[in-house]
Amino acid sequence: MSVTEDTVLSFARGHRLQQDLVRDLWLVQAPEKAFIIEGAAPHILGLVDGERTVSSIIETLTGQFSAPREVISADVLALLSDLTEKGVLRA
Amino acid sequence: MTLPQPPMSLLAELTHRCPLACPYCSNPLDLERKSAELDTAGWRRVLEQAAEMGVLQVHFSGGEPMARPDLVELVTLARKLNLYTNLITSGVLLDANKLDALDKAGLDHIQLSFQDVTEEGAERIGGLKGAQERKLKAARLIQASGIPMTLNFVVHRENVARIPQMFELARELKAGRVEIAHTQYYGWGLKNRDALLPSREQLEESTRAVEAERAKGGLAIDYVTPDYHADRPKPCMGGWGQRFVNISPSGRVLPCHAAEIIPNVTFPNVRDESLAEIWNNSRLFNMFRGTEWMPEACRACDRREIDWGGCRCQALALTGDAANMDPVCSRSPFHEKVEQALYTNTVEDFVYRRM
Repeated sequence: MSVTEDTVLSFARGHRLQQDLVRDLWLVQAPEKAFIIEGAAPHILGLVDGERTVSSIIETLTGQFSAPREVISADVLALLSDLTEKGVLRA
Repeated sequence: MTLPQPPMSLLAELTHRCPLACPYCSNPLDLERKSAELDTAGWRRVLEQAAEMGVLQVHFSGGEPMARPDLVELVTLARKLNLYTNLITSGVLLDANKLDALDKAGLDHIQLSFQDVTEEGAERIGGLKGAQERKLKAARLIQASGIPMTLNFVVHRENVARIPQMFELARELKAGRVEIAHTQYYGWGLKNRDALLPSREQLEESTRAVEAERAKGGLAIDYVTPDYHADRPKPCMGGWGQRFVNISPSGRVLPCHAAEIIPNVTFPNVRDESLAEIWNNSRLFNMFRGTEWMPEACRACDRREIDWGGCRCQALALTGDAANMDPVCSRSPFHEKVEQALYTNTVEDFVYRRM
């Protein structure tokens, strides 16, 4: 399925966002692996809670960062689509 | 001196007890008895120290980890410590109540082993009547629970032709991942090598089967090859003492599950020292860490930080000295030891894993 601004996403079972305080970075934990996420990704994924729509995530970030909405929106949709395709997130 | 990076994952071998007797078991030949096992408080301390050090994932394994009555308590604690919890099980002791308790404890993932897709093949390897039926039942319970599941198949000469059916079973049971892992030849596997090692043709056929399945999509596939047919060694454990730590049932802390064969070194134990102290400072963990220990040819090789010199236990088992080049490497003066093994794989009887 494709992710739109109306989609509500949550982490698929067995996947979660985690701050690694020892290494000072953010990770997504997954079956038999963990991958590092950087830049805006931890902020975006921190808002994925199974309740907010993608559009509400974009609004929240637009309020927090100085970038224009369309730039933020493109980043958010790209990341969330990619992770949904990989099975990390699900609608 | 700078401290080494902390380990990413911890393999907690809660017990060596197991209802199965697979002739390629990764446990050492000298199995630890129940009376030697760490108690619950000991394992709790290990988990707390691991989380504090920066371990991210804990793999509860064995033997059969479900033989430990405190498994649910340990999973609960690990989750509370924000560790990712994986259960590596044969499934033969799993029932609906136990799975429910593990589910409530927050278990993140289950890796369920199958010895084969046919009952006959599975029972010949595992040595336990009725095991296949119990495993299928366990898989259906896990599928219904929604806990993510990986099916693990160890492959060898006798079952390698059935890899396509292994993928079929994984899809039927809605497993998200499958591991097709060729037997690795240490301990029990090495003892049974001449009955297990596949031919080059069998290896090539298995690789084709994996590639064909990958092309279909929808199933994550981990594929581990037997390094005997390779000419460059594997980066065993991602390098000695770099990413991975193994704890034996009695609390010995090891860089890999086979490391207890290394001679002339004391095996540090969590009963005596902290995990961090052992990881950072013990002689065992520093013996083959990095590139300093390497033989001349390895130190000069441009792959030294790719394969980290291959496998120390293999060097020891096949050449008598753990500091020698991994004989899998075609540049090793001992490479013929591996080549010879490829022509002696004619044995048919197994030595089963028993206490």
